[in-house]
Amino acid sequence: MTAPLVAIRDLTVQLPKGSDRDRAIDGINLDIPSGRILCIVGESGSGKSMTAHAIMGLVPQPLRTTGSVRFGGQNLVGLAPPQLRSIRGRRIGMVFQDPMAALNPVMRIGRQIEEVFRFHGVPRPYADRIETLLGHMGLPDPNLLRQTYPFRLSGGQRQRVMIAMALALDPELLIADEPTTALDVTTQKQILALLKQAQAERGMGIMLITHDFGVVAEIGDDVAVMREGKIVEHGSVADVLGNPQHDYTRLLISTVPRLVPRSSVARDSSAERLLSANGVAKTYSSRSGPFGARRIVPAVQDASFALARGETLGIVGESGSGKSTLARIIVGLLSADKGDVRLAGIDRNLLTLRNRELVPVRRRVQMVFQDPFASLNPRRTVFDIVAQGLLAHGMSRVDAKRRVLELLDLIALDPSSADRYPNAFSGGQRQRIGIARALALEPDVIVADEPVSALDVSIQARVLELLADIQRRLKIGMLFITHDLRVAAQVCDSVAVMRHGKIVEMGPSDEVLFAPKSDYTKLLIDSIPGQALFSARRRRGRV
Amino acid sequence: MRLLTRMGANRGALAGGVVLAIIFVMAIFAPLIVPIDPMATVATPLVAPGEQFAFGTDMLGRDVLAGIVHGARVSLLIGLLSTAVAVLIGVTIGAVAGYFGDWVDEVLVRVTEFFQTIPSFIFAILLVAIMTPGLGSIVISIAIVTWPPIARLARSEFLSLRHREFVEAAVLSGVRPLRIIVGEVLPNAASPLIVMSSLMIATAILTESALSFLGLGDPNRISWGYMIGAARTVFRQAWWLSVFPGLAIILTVLAINLVGEGLNDALNPHLKGRSSGDK
Repeated sequence: MTAPLVAIRDLTVQLPKGSDRDRAIDGINLDIPSGRILCIVGESGSGKSMTAHAIMGLVPQPLRTTGSVRFGGQNLVGLAPPQLRSIRGRRIGMVFQDPMAALNPVMRIGRQIEEVFRFHGVPRPYADRIETLLGHMGLPDPNLLRQTYPFRLSGGQRQRVMIAMALALDPELLIADEPTTALDVTTQKQILALLKQAQAERGMGIMLITHDFGVVAEIGDDVAVMREGKIVEHGSVADVLGNPQHDYTRLLISTVPRLVPRSSVARDSSAERLLSANGVAKTYSSRSGPFGARRIVPAVQDASFALARGETLGIVGESGSGKSTLARIIVGLLSADKGDVRLAGIDRNLLTLRNRELVPVRRRVQMVFQDPFASLNPRRTVFDIVAQGLLAHGMSRVDAKRRVLELLDLIALDPSSADRYPNAFSGGQRQRIGIARALALEPDVIVADEPVSALDVSIQARVLELLADIQRRLKIGMLFITHDLRVAAQVCDSVAVMRHGKIVEMGPSDEVLFAPKSDYTKLLIDSIPGQALFSARRRRGRV
Repeated sequence: MRLLTRMGANRGALAGGVVLAIIFVMAIFAPLIVPIDPMATVATPLVAPGEQFAFGTDMLGRDVLAGIVHGARVSLLIGLLSTAVAVLIGVTIGAVAGYFGDWVDEVLVRVTEFFQTIPSFIFAILLVAIMTPGLGSIVISIAIVTWPPIARLARSEFLSLRHREFVEAAVLSGVRPLRIIVGEVLPNAASPLIVMSSLMIATAILTESALSFLGLGDPNRISWGYMIGAARTVFRQAWWLSVFPGLAIILTVLAINLVGEGLNDALNPHLKGRSSGDK
């Protein structure tokens, strides 16, 4: 085997005193081979991004880096900034997670790529090189694109531009930090394919940081698993996924949600119909100033569904499909233009109710939010957060206290949690507090808007189990909004697939997810990363 | 407590705080520190600063030191009161506009802009002149010309917090709008508002001084601006009449600004630290 492209030895990044651990990276040793794709996998806080930053010399100021990162005979740790700058961009390219934030919004695409050439002293002219590069990235009309501003591009296109910039000077190493996390699955598949192809053509090394074993299975040659700043397992993807040695790796792999039919729960088909929606439509129109022209975006068009007691209906779709808008209309946070939403026991269209009339309805339809950090008021205690609905509906503090303790027990949190503030809890715990808040008013329907997409996979599984368990016990109807078909397969009895504001396919999840009729559903299922490998494993496991 | 220690680490804020504390003590205990009526003639006019009168006397034979010490009361009182009134008006209007949005917002923003288009000092002069000069009219007129920036800030904070998930969760729980505004949103919008109001106190003191300089102050109370205004005719003969009250104004305003900046620095990392402090 040839010498590695990058040899990392005893790399350590010290954290300031009072952090939750002493070191962000704790003495890691790792070789990045050339001509292969090395994936670094870990949950949030595992130090995987910090490792990438340490290689590039981008560790935030007060933190101290020790150890060595040898790249082409030089130690990058402690290298003078001017020398580092000449390596960055030219010999090591970078792609970051958020393509929305990484491009300058007021600069044409062509100019931004040009800067890379100019900064590294490549002689003019650049136009042809840029167009070839954009063409290679599979972007349409490179000539036109050069003159375009970033806001006209989709997330996937922006990420392609970012990759073009990173590859502009044919680097020996490309570091990609969660390059597809902010993208939809269908786009993710394309970007991963693009990376793989670029790697094969150029023979460079890629270090790809990800939290998703699906991505690893899809694209990786080698994989290193990180946990709390240490590498716990390192090997070829086939070895590590096929025969994980470390318990933590096993745990991570086993918690990756898979598209498998769920063990069919006997459902009461005569269950009472709880909530139904008919022809719901919502159009966003925005005007720039009172005299500006109207811009009209249909967010939801003619959406209809029914939800029975004890049933979970999944609404899946990519970003911009209108699934969140639909959820907000159902709970009454948004008004709809058209349609009819009915709740069992109320003989009126909920969409026509006024705010005051909505109050008794609202306690029966509650919501669990996506972001465990934004959904809890940082300045109130857990008791105040969970009890706010109870108190607002006139329950005494003493009774509310008793109810909150019951709820904390239900979500498996310590009773002492009631007096603490949200910042004392982890993401998963916060999400459970959010669930307790939604349950406080004993609702009939819970609308869960991407309740686990902000959580690490190992925590996702636990929160999903909790939700399913509570739902079974309390016979709640649940509307489960998600972009992840694997998660939908785990928890949903039936599924509605949305695209461009329309429901394109709906039915029992076994049918929709495992025998899809619409092409779009097929495409979505096909785009799930690592499908092939995981299903192969499953088949082997069964034989 | 953490806020205080963080501010203590900022030297400018610490110095400002100490100066401000001294001025406050001076204002509160003015009759004990200098038990002389600042409006009473106590000596011959225009005595230069010296042994008998540390800061000299003015053209009516009044003790300048007594004027400075007692004047602190009026300056601080007006600064605090008018800011309090302005914050009350501004936050109320900004909160309602930002929270309810739609046409309510549209109307309130137009009203705010209407007030902002009038040159504020001229407007203040006009208001005081109409209402006849006095403590109350000065406080009200300063408040009326200074609330729009607070309202705009409060509105933008409320606009961004309005659609946070925790606010929506409160709406779904059936919590009343007033409770949501006061209990959920306002505490999260407080930091920038506190910083801005602390800086507004300084502006209010300056405005009061300027009004008094023009003879629109409360005629029954001595204030720094009034002292400078009264001394302007003898500026070349008796420098001490305008320099000492001028210094008092500069020191106070500077101290408030330093404390305000310190507050800003101390409150902002708090917002950042919230996410990094999570495990």
